[in-house]
Formats: sequence, C-alpha cells, structure tokens
Amino acid sequence: MTTVKSTLIKFQSIIALFVMCVVLIILSDKFFTVENGWNIARQISINVCISVGMTLVILTKGIDLSVGSMLALSGAVAAGLLKYGLEIPSMNTYVGFTVFGAILAGLAVGGGLGVFNGWMITNFKVPSFVATLAMLTIARGATMLWTGGFPITGLGDHFAFIGTGWFLGIPMPVWITVIVVILAVILTTKTKFGRHIYAIGGNESAARLSGININKVKIWVYTIAGILAAVGGIILTSRLDSAQPNAGMSYELDAIAAVVIGGTSLSGGRGSIMGTVQGALIIGVLNSGLVLLNVSPFWQQIIKGLVILLAVILDRLNYANED
Amino acid sequence: MKEQRETILQAKSITKKFGKVTVLDDVNIDVHQGKVNVIIGENGAGKSTLMKILSGVYSDYDGEILLNNKVVNFSNPKEAMENGIAIMHQELNLIPYLSITANIFLGREITNQFGILSTNQMHDKVDELLKRLDCNLSPRTLVSELRVGEQQLVEIAKALLEDAKVIIMDEPTSAISDSEVEVLFKIIKNLKTQDVGILYISHKLDELFTIADRFIGLRDGKMVGIIEDVRNTGKEDLIKLMVGRNIENRFQKEILPIGDDLLGVENLNLIQADNKARYLLKDINFSLKKGEVLGIFGLMGAGRTELLETLFGLYPKLSTCKLTIEKKEVNISSVQDAILNGLALVPENRKEDGLVLQMDVSKNISMVSTDRVIRNGFLNKHLETNLARKYIDSLHIKLSSEKQLARNLSGGNQQKVVLAKWLANQPKVLFLDEPTRGIDVNAKNEIYHLISQLASKGLGLIVVSSELPEIMAISDRILILSQGKITGEFNRTSANEEAIMQAATST
Ligand SMILES: Nc1ncnc2c1ncn2[C@@H]1O[C@H](COP(=O)(O)OP(=O)(O)OP(=O)(O)O)[C@@H](O)[C@H]1O
Ligand SMILES: [Mg+2]
Repeated sequence: MTTVKSTLIKFQSIIALFVMCVVLIILSDKFFTVENGWNIARQISINVCISVGMTLVILTKGIDLSVGSMLALSGAVAAGLLKYGLEIPSMNTYVGFTVFGAILAGLAVGGGLGVFNGWMITNFKVPSFVATLAMLTIARGATMLWTGGFPITGLGDHFAFIGTGWFLGIPMPVWITVIVVILAVILTTKTKFGRHIYAIGGNESAARLSGININKVKIWVYTIAGILAAVGGIILTSRLDSAQPNAGMSYELDAIAAVVIGGTSLSGGRGSIMGTVQGALIIGVLNSGLVLLNVSPFWQQIIKGLVILLAVILDRLNYANED
Repeated sequence: MKEQRETILQAKSITKKFGKVTVLDDVNIDVHQGKVNVIIGENGAGKSTLMKILSGVYSDYDGEILLNNKVVNFSNPKEAMENGIAIMHQELNLIPYLSITANIFLGREITNQFGILSTNQMHDKVDELLKRLDCNLSPRTLVSELRVGEQQLVEIAKALLEDAKVIIMDEPTSAISDSEVEVLFKIIKNLKTQDVGILYISHKLDELFTIADRFIGLRDGKMVGIIEDVRNTGKEDLIKLMVGRNIENRFQKEILPIGDDLLGVENLNLIQADNKARYLLKDINFSLKKGEVLGIFGLMGAGRTELLETLFGLYPKLSTCKLTIEKKEVNISSVQDAILNGLALVPENRKEDGLVLQMDVSKNISMVSTDRVIRNGFLNKHLETNLARKYIDSLHIKLSSEKQLARNLSGGNQQKVVLAKWLANQPKVLFLDEPTRGIDVNAKNEIYHLISQLASKGLGLIVVSSELPEIMAISDRILILSQGKITGEFNRTSANEEAIMQAATST
C-alpha cells in the first residue's frame, strides 16, 4: 500500500503529463501528430534551458529574476554583432563577426551578467531577489540601447540553422536542450560542485564550516544561469530570425514555474534537474494544448496559475506525510 | 484511589513507526502531577519521539493517550497546548524580532472591540507571569536580546499563560549556564507546588538527582522500568536501567607519551565585529603537542567557541595571530586554509553548523572529504557508501541505513555523524566544541575513548566543554578562559575543581 502510494508520488508529474496528453488526444485531432510534437518540443526547449539554470540557483536558496532580460540582451548582442559587426570609431577599427563568433559573444554576455549577479550577491550580500531584480531592468535597458528599440532582423541561413534546422531527424533546439540537460544532470548528481550546491542550499552555515567556498560556488551558479539564458536567447533569436528588444519578457516566471512544478523547493537544497524538465514539459504541453483547444488567452493564464498552485500543494502534502 | 488522582497524563500501548522502523513499541507511561517525571534512555531510545506524540507534534500512532482519564488525540501542538500540555523543545521556537509579550501571546492576542491590540493589558499579564517565575525582564524586551536560558523562561511563561498541567522539557539544560540551570530548577520546584506535572529529559545524570521525583526508563523504544524510590537510587542504577547492563562510568584518560610540537598560537586577538574597540579574545598564547588533549574550560561567554572558530579561519578580518603548525608558520585566513592545514572543527550546534539535515547520512559524512569519494572526476556511490559505513560502524551510529536523512536521527547520533564527517578527512588537529552535549552516558564514554585513541595515534585535540568533570577526565592539560583571556593553566596533577572554578571566575 505504502509502496504503491510512494511510486504514485514519485511519478506524479509523469502521470500528470500522461493524463494531460490523453485528454488532449481525445479533445483534439491535431495534438497527436509528429509535427505538433516537434513543435511543442521546440517551444519548450528554450524554457528548459533557462529553467535548468534557475534550478541550480534555487537549489542554493537563491532566485534569478533577470534570466528573461539576460536572454534578450545576449540574443540582441549576438544578432547585432553578426549583422553589423563592431565598429569602434575612436580607434578607427571595425571587427566583423562570424556566426560562431557572434554566438560566443552572446554567451559571453550572458556569462558576464551572471558573474555580475553572483558578485553582487556574494561580495556585497545583496539578496538574490534584489540583485537580480536590478539586473532585470538593467539588462532590459541595455537591450533597448543596443537595438535602439527596433528588432534586428535578417541574420542569414547559417544562423537560422540553430533555431530552425534539423539534425538526424531531430530539431536543433532539441539537441541543444538535451545536451544541456544531460550535462546539468551529471553536474548536479555526479560532481563535487553539484554536491556543494545542495549542501549550500540545505545549510549554508554547515557548508561553510565544512570548507566549501560558498562565494565561488554561488558565483558559478549565477554565471551558469546567465550562460543558459544566453543559450535560450540565441535559440530564440535564430528561430525568429530576429532579435526583439522585448524578447523574453516574463520568461523568468515560466522558468520558476517549471522549477517549482518539478518539485524543487524554494527554500533550497532539495530538487532535481529531471524534475524541472518534467515541470517544463507540463507547462509546455499545457500551453500548446490550451492554444489548440482555442481557450482564450485570458483563461490560459488563469489555468496556468492554478496548475502551479496545484503542483505545489501536492508537493507539500507529500512532504507533510514524510515527517 | 489516590494513585488515580495523581496520574494526570497516561500513555497506553503507544507504538510508533517511521516507515518500517519501529521507534516506540507498546510503551506505557504515566505522568504524575506535582512531580518531576524523568525519562531516561540512550540516544535513539525514542524519548523525543514519545514527547512529540504526547504534545501533538505527531498525531498518527497506535495506542491511546489519556488526559485526566479521558482519551485525547491532538492533531497539532496548539490543540495539545489548549488542553494543558506544553512542550519546550530543545530548539526553542521563539520569534527573535518580537517582544517577549508578543511571543507569549502569539496566536492568542488580546484585542479591543476595534480589533486593535491591547498592548498594555498583555504586557501587564506577562509581567505578572514573569514575576511568578522570579524573573525581572521587561515584557517589552526583544527575544533576540535574550540568552538561551532566558528564552526558556519565556517558553515556560507561555505554558503558564495557557495554564499548562503538563510541561514537557526535552534536554532543557544542554545549552544553558550553571546559574541558569539553578534558576530553571527553582522554577520547576515552584511549578511542582502548583501541581504541574513535569516530564523531563536529560543526559546529565548528576543533575537528575537534585530534581527528579521518579525515573522512567526507555530502551530501544520499549519501556523497561520505573524507579519511584529516588532517594535510594544511584547513578549506577540509572545507567543499568538505560543500558541494561553495568558500564564503566569513571573514565580517566591514560597518560601517554606526548610527541612533537603540533600547533603554536602566539598573540591571538579577536575584536568584536560591531564594536572594534572591544576584544573578545586578547593575548592568547598556547601550544599543543602531538598526542596531547588540551581541555579548555570557561563559563558561558568566556570566548571558548570564538577561540576555536578564530583558529579555524572564521574571522580573518577581525583577528590577528601568529600560528605555527609542525613548527612551520602558516597563514589561515579561511576555513579552506584551515582544512588544508589539517585542522578540523566539530561545532557546538550540530543542527545549525554541523549537518545538512535534509541530506542523507552518507553525504553528510563525505562532506569535507569529498575528494576521497571521487573516482575519475565523478562522485562514486560505492566509495561514498563504504566511507560512511566505516564510520557508522566505528562510532556505533544508530540508524536504519546510511541513506537515512540526517534530520531523522536522534540528537546524539547526529552528533556522531558530525564527528564522522571530520574524522573521515583524517585531520592532524581536532577541535571539539562541547562534543558530548546531548549524548547519553554510554556514547559519552565511547567518545572519551575515541578522544584518547585519536590522541594515541598522534592527533592533537582541543576540547571545549562546560562540564568540569568531563574536562578533568579527558585532558592532559587544561586552559582556563575568562572574559577572553587565559586566566589559568593546569596539568592533570595540579588540576582540582576549586582552583579551576576560581580561575574561570577571575578577571
Ligand atoms: N522522522 C523520523 N523518521 C525516521 N526515523 C526517525 C524519525 N524521527 C526519529 N527517528 C528515529 O527514531 C529513533 C528515536 O529517536 P528519538 O529522537 O526519539 O530518540 P531520543 O531518545 O530522543 O534520543 P536522544 O537522546 O539522542 O535525543 C531514532 O533511532 C531515530 O533515528
Ligand atoms: Mg531526543
């Protein structure tokens, strides 16, 4: 009896996902098609990338509200450099960028912003909520400056391949996301660094007294979150063939939702990457299902909110049972 | 007939399981009013679990609880409290930035007809309660400004406000100073005259004889006996009741040859973070040799913990010190440096500073020595399990498996896990801050033997303890700290309680 129950609890999100799919298959003949499947997977992939970074942050008992803005800025930087290159009038130089170079620059921007977040949080003891809230508006402002408020479009086929191309019958964004997820799972479960993330979230003071370099781990965690936001930004820019100044608005909310639905505790130290992936799948399937069923966008938001609440309540109940 | 009236609370055939593990097995106890009912038992015997059942923390169990001969089943601690059963957990549950009054009236605030708090009325009531406890704190004081002993008084006052008939105290004296213990005992005696039944748990056997009216023994989750005749009971009887056999109870560290210089501390100073003109530690000089156990004794607030923490690299910006390890001068400005130089610190608060409670035991044990359980760059489950099992066996840690969460271990076993964590890193110098706090007699002995054994292997140990007999039993040499200065040094032949106390209270 208890084992049946605990298995149910363990696979609760998979079961929820399955039930949702079955319902959608019954209600819509467009849902269960290969095309729609890849469509959903491609849409979800960006959220998964961001959510993986968010999971690491939340495991250390932090939060990163700036992922949406970092995504926009790094996407815009990559697009801008690719299209216009870098002109430095004062030094009379012009640097052109290849696709690869532009992508690296975009990732560097994400990583740099992440380092800055981490530095504020560890060195100046700014609470992560505040530090990343500030970054949310700073990076958004910087995106507006960089783009002049207009989309940067026409980025060429090579760049478009990242977001729209296929490799071995699977869309590129899905490949990228799968690699990110695999690396993150290994990082969290198999490495010292991952162990330290859990220890810090579980009890920072004990972790410090055990000789764990808290600041170093935290700075890395925010840096990774920034880089992964940049990955999302590059996928998005490439898919749309355009860097939008307001790209990624409120993406942080979907990411936090995925993490929370996936069973990671906001009080740190408990949760997993695979949980988050399931959470992101649930949100993704829900989103696309509601669109397919022609549910009004207003209702979509309400339903999404209710699902988040439901997921967390279930999680709470399970843990209440445990102790 | 008289017996009937005296018994206020009864537990009948209580059985409690966590998963497959039976923690309490058909336990029957009764609590007499106006008496101090002491529960004794080894670490993990199930004492705290039983108290949590009686006070409504756990509501699913088999068996019955009778309050005044009526069956009750509390679904939460608040309900138990309303029915007159209050519990003082070892970890106090007060809100630091609220006043004493606000804490005492939390959830039961008095308001006027407009819903506005009747602050004065509440302050007056609290004032009266505190007076009843012979305590002259102002009700407006913030709890964050109180010492642990004073916070306990607030908990007791809270119980009195609800007119508690039974007050449960789970190891109340483990974190308070001797004078605070005296205050607590006076209050307990006072409560007895008001017919309150006290349920009392402690591992400090000596103090029990001044306070206990009866003893109830728990062993491995079973009730093993009651001693009503306290006067003719000795320490050996209690130990026998707890452990089930006689054990050697007079430990004295054997004298072993002492080796080379291990640790040298010169001119250690530590200033207070928020008042740079004040020294928490001043001009500390001492040395430690290989194979030596150095005891540090002092009253609460003497700076003992701060001394260990400074040496361990926790206050690089506030402290100055010339440190040598094995005759080489070293610079320790972080915990990482300390660990690299072979230092280890078992902190005083295992829950706050020692363990990650929601992690399993094996992960806690490998926390410092993670490198030892890494193979090809990745954590290796097998190595980790083996490392954990090695120390679980050698320290006799009682648990169902190394995958058990640290939070689900009994207090004493948690302490052993913290010890295991540091031993697994094979340090050269081991700092132990109150290593036997909350640990049962048997385990205490085990830890004393362990200290001795580690010393014989060439480790140097510094042990801080506020229990004088303990310090005298395990140390080769004793340093006395008072108000941040060393005020005395004794070797084991010159040490006697009076001289030590005198040094500890001198300024
Ligand atoms: N939530 C839980 N889940 C699983 N096991 C538990 C849980 N709580 C306690 N235990 C187990 O129950 C046993 C009794 O624990 P308890 O805390 O009651 O011991 P205790 O007698 O108070 O010991 P101590 O003197 O060390 O405080 C221990 O072996 C512990 O591992
Ligand atoms: Mg206990």
